[in-house]
Amino acid sequence: MTGTHDASAAGAAPMTHRGPARESAVPARTGPIGPKPMPRRFHQASWDEPIIFELSVPGARGVLPPPVEPGIVARVGDPVSRLPAGARRAAPPALPELAQLHVVRHYARLSQENLGVDLNIDVGQGTCTMKYSPKVNDQLVRSPKVAELHPLQDPSTVQGILEILWRLEQMLCEISGMDRATLQPGAGSAAIYANVTMIRAYHAARGDAGRRDEVVTTIFSHPSNAAAAKVAGYRVITLHPDPVTGRPTLDALKAAVGERTAALLITNPEDTGIFNPDIDAFVKVVHDAGGLGAYDQANANGILGITRARDAGFDLCHFNLHKTFSTPHGSGGPGAGACGVTDALAPFLPRPTVERVGDRFVLDDDRPQSVGKVRPWYGTTANLVRAYAWIMSLGAEGLREVAETAVLNNNYLLRQVLGIPGASAPYAEGRRRIEQVRYSWEALAAATGIHSDELGVRAADFGTHYWTSHHPFVVPEPMTLEPTESYSRADLDEYAAILRTVAEEAYASPEVVRSAPHRSTIHQIDHAWFDDPARWATSWRAYRRKHPEASTAGPGGAPAAPAADG
Amino acid sequence: MAEPHAAGTSGTSGTAGPRVGLVVNPIAGLGGRVGLKGTDGEATVARALARGAVPEAGARAAAALRRLVAAWPAGRPAPLVLVPDGEMGAVAAREAGVDHRAVGPSPGPGPTSAADTRRLARALVDAGIDLLLVAGGDGTARDVCAAVGKAVPVLGIPAGVKILSGVFATSPAAAGELAASFLAARRGATVEGEVVDLDEDAYRRGIVAPRLFGHLRVPRGRRLQGRKSPSPPEAGAAAAAIAEDVVERMTTGRAWVLGPGSTVRAIADRLGVPKTLVGVDVVEIGEDGPRVVVADAAEADLLPVVRAGPATIVLTPIGGQGFLLGRGNQPISAAVLRAAGPDAILVVAAAEKLAALGGRALLVDTGDPALDAALAGHARVVTGFHEAAIVRIAAA
Repeated sequence: MTGTHDASAAGAAPMTHRGPARESAVPARTGPIGPKPMPRRFHQASWDEPIIFELSVPGARGVLPPPVEPGIVARVGDPVSRLPAGARRAAPPALPELAQLHVVRHYARLSQENLGVDLNIDVGQGTCTMKYSPKVNDQLVRSPKVAELHPLQDPSTVQGILEILWRLEQMLCEISGMDRATLQPGAGSAAIYANVTMIRAYHAARGDAGRRDEVVTTIFSHPSNAAAAKVAGYRVITLHPDPVTGRPTLDALKAAVGERTAALLITNPEDTGIFNPDIDAFVKVVHDAGGLGAYDQANANGILGITRARDAGFDLCHFNLHKTFSTPHGSGGPGAGACGVTDALAPFLPRPTVERVGDRFVLDDDRPQSVGKVRPWYGTTANLVRAYAWIMSLGAEGLREVAETAVLNNNYLLRQVLGIPGASAPYAEGRRRIEQVRYSWEALAAATGIHSDELGVRAADFGTHYWTSHHPFVVPEPMTLEPTESYSRADLDEYAAILRTVAEEAYASPEVVRSAPHRSTIHQIDHAWFDDPARWATSWRAYRRKHPEASTAGPGGAPAAPAADG
Repeated sequence: MAEPHAAGTSGTSGTAGPRVGLVVNPIAGLGGRVGLKGTDGEATVARALARGAVPEAGARAAAALRRLVAAWPAGRPAPLVLVPDGEMGAVAAREAGVDHRAVGPSPGPGPTSAADTRRLARALVDAGIDLLLVAGGDGTARDVCAAVGKAVPVLGIPAGVKILSGVFATSPAAAGELAASFLAARRGATVEGEVVDLDEDAYRRGIVAPRLFGHLRVPRGRRLQGRKSPSPPEAGAAAAAIAEDVVERMTTGRAWVLGPGSTVRAIADRLGVPKTLVGVDVVEIGEDGPRVVVADAAEADLLPVVRAGPATIVLTPIGGQGFLLGRGNQPISAAVLRAAGPDAILVVAAAEKLAALGGRALLVDTGDPALDAALAGHARVVTGFHEAAIVRIAAA
């Protein structure tokens, strides 16, 4: 059977045939090279690359360091033997052994089996604000003036970076309306956790620590709020949305808060892209009960220069610098987070703080009420420099223009997507959204049996993808898109054209979608492994332990070395 | 909760493929298209046929089998399908063009019955199978549950009018795919799926009354019916976390009334005490640990308990409609609730189950309008360990 799109014919395939309706590869080019078709004829690199451990050849080396010179040996003997016994391994680590070429080739191949903001239209990673980060900021960070600083240097020798940190704090205070900020957290979630620890310290200082053991959040807030509070030992009360407005109700909030409430941790706009205009009333209800308000600004990209956490009465807020302020995303390399607080919370900020004394900058470690360090040193300084440079390059008007463009892009894409069969944007019908939308393919799934995650996988055949939603899926068959300010109208048109193509396939030839991807790096993955402790493996060692049958032979049938774990 | 189950343990030799049973309820779904809201009872079948209903369950079973075969990994010994003769299996297997073998006593001539389903499901299990596919609806699932219990994993091919039970795949094709991946996996895991059915007579009168009848072992996978399913498979871990939270609250000197539902049953499991599957039990925490004071309690058993001292009534919504009281847990009557007091109710539900309600309120229908009104409002629902949601409760 070859390349049929007819599902019923595919269903009658002989027993041994895997994967009906295998879509033919990129169509052959017969005509002129232009104009290019839409969507484009994409094909991802697929190297079938082994795990680097499988490439190991005993004795192979990438670098041969020169032997210790005889004169040194004569003076000190075997240098390794001079290390304390406790610092020496009994046996060498079971690392892969490869020549340099093979290491470079391995990682170059993996880098081709990838998607990302520099390669595709990355609006599908909704809530992650995957904007383009200007390369000039990377050059600044790689400058020796930044790259060769050491955190143990005396502050008098690092006045430049301290000034950047201080000025960035001032700018974030201006953007949020807060009195003080810290840049120490290593990511957005770490910043939320820092806020939770400050909330705990604030109540403890008032003798309320044991009594206030609950935090309130919403199901469409950034889930790191519930997670960070839980890690800090709080009980988490979650508000669900009103089925019409999509927003939590004040009545539900009032039912949730009381004398045990430590804080409200809430995102606005929520992950639906719906802004809660009554947010100040929410904060007031919590304040009246003696709790604090913490504004999660993971979704701040659409409100820069338009509304501020402080203006709604919040006591604390946080930013993911890797979202709104154009630094690398925390999941792909060091992230950076920032917290802003009012003067009432400032004594609890992580220490040391950066202070300006006259025209000098100093580190203040004498802060007895501080929650302590939330991360070594002063934060991910490379990202802090990137964020500083990005803000400085835009200025106040530029930041507002970022927000306005992000909102415009989002609502343009919203119109495009709502024109696709089977797509909808639940809640607040007919209203515009802020910077992202959580869409639903419920109608398409009901008509075709194709689920949202299958559509997202099929999108990989066109060089892009999308993310569904956090769990549980409150919006059925979800898809979350956030176009940011980075993308052009042509980009958004291309992305919408891909979605339309995939959705129309779901109706016309569902087997093509169900068996996707066809032109991507790998085929389908058995997700059951992710939920099964007996099978999941996050390391090569664990994989060999749990799946001995899969690792008895190396590539080409050569027996692999025995597992090195105990 | 998930229990790993090794496929291929039915005594077949190592080189043979797995063995799949199929039982089709040929009349399933007949009532739906013709507006009869179900197909329970011979009179309904006759009415449905008179209204021009066309049997579809066999075709849906065939579609699932075709998909199972198409999704089967190349090079692996193909599955053998064991079926009853005729419309209860063999016809669908022939239509799908799959390897099959007829097993067990043939259904008699004339219309098939629930007794046929039970008898033939048992015969298939006795013949040795790794998985039983069942084409039908909630009523068929009930019959299979009664006949085979948890002896083998069971997966429903949706072909009935009512699909509330959490044992059905989302479509015939999804059933085929899930069956293929389960059988092909060397250690395909199963979860417990609830078998829920409505009282069809009541349903025709506009009363939705879902009841929990038992549990089947179901292959684990995302293609299980989630939207209407009372307890999606992902809820297994959530039920365990909820149980931890509730058990932490369970003090001595208080009666703990445990309502029906697998989320509540996880609490009994955590305590290590038996739980009546679809009934109400009363547990106390004594000096020597937890013990069941009343098993399968009726209203008359509960009244003296809640009058004697403090009590907490642990409830979970039953069925996709979000009924909290008045459906399937009638022993917890208005009189019991009034005697227990306004703060006695503790609601538990996995976040997935609440999400599936789409923001609708949990419903109470105690038969006492004043009490229903008093129960309405916002309530805390325990959704995990030290986790709760604020959910609206409304009179049905």
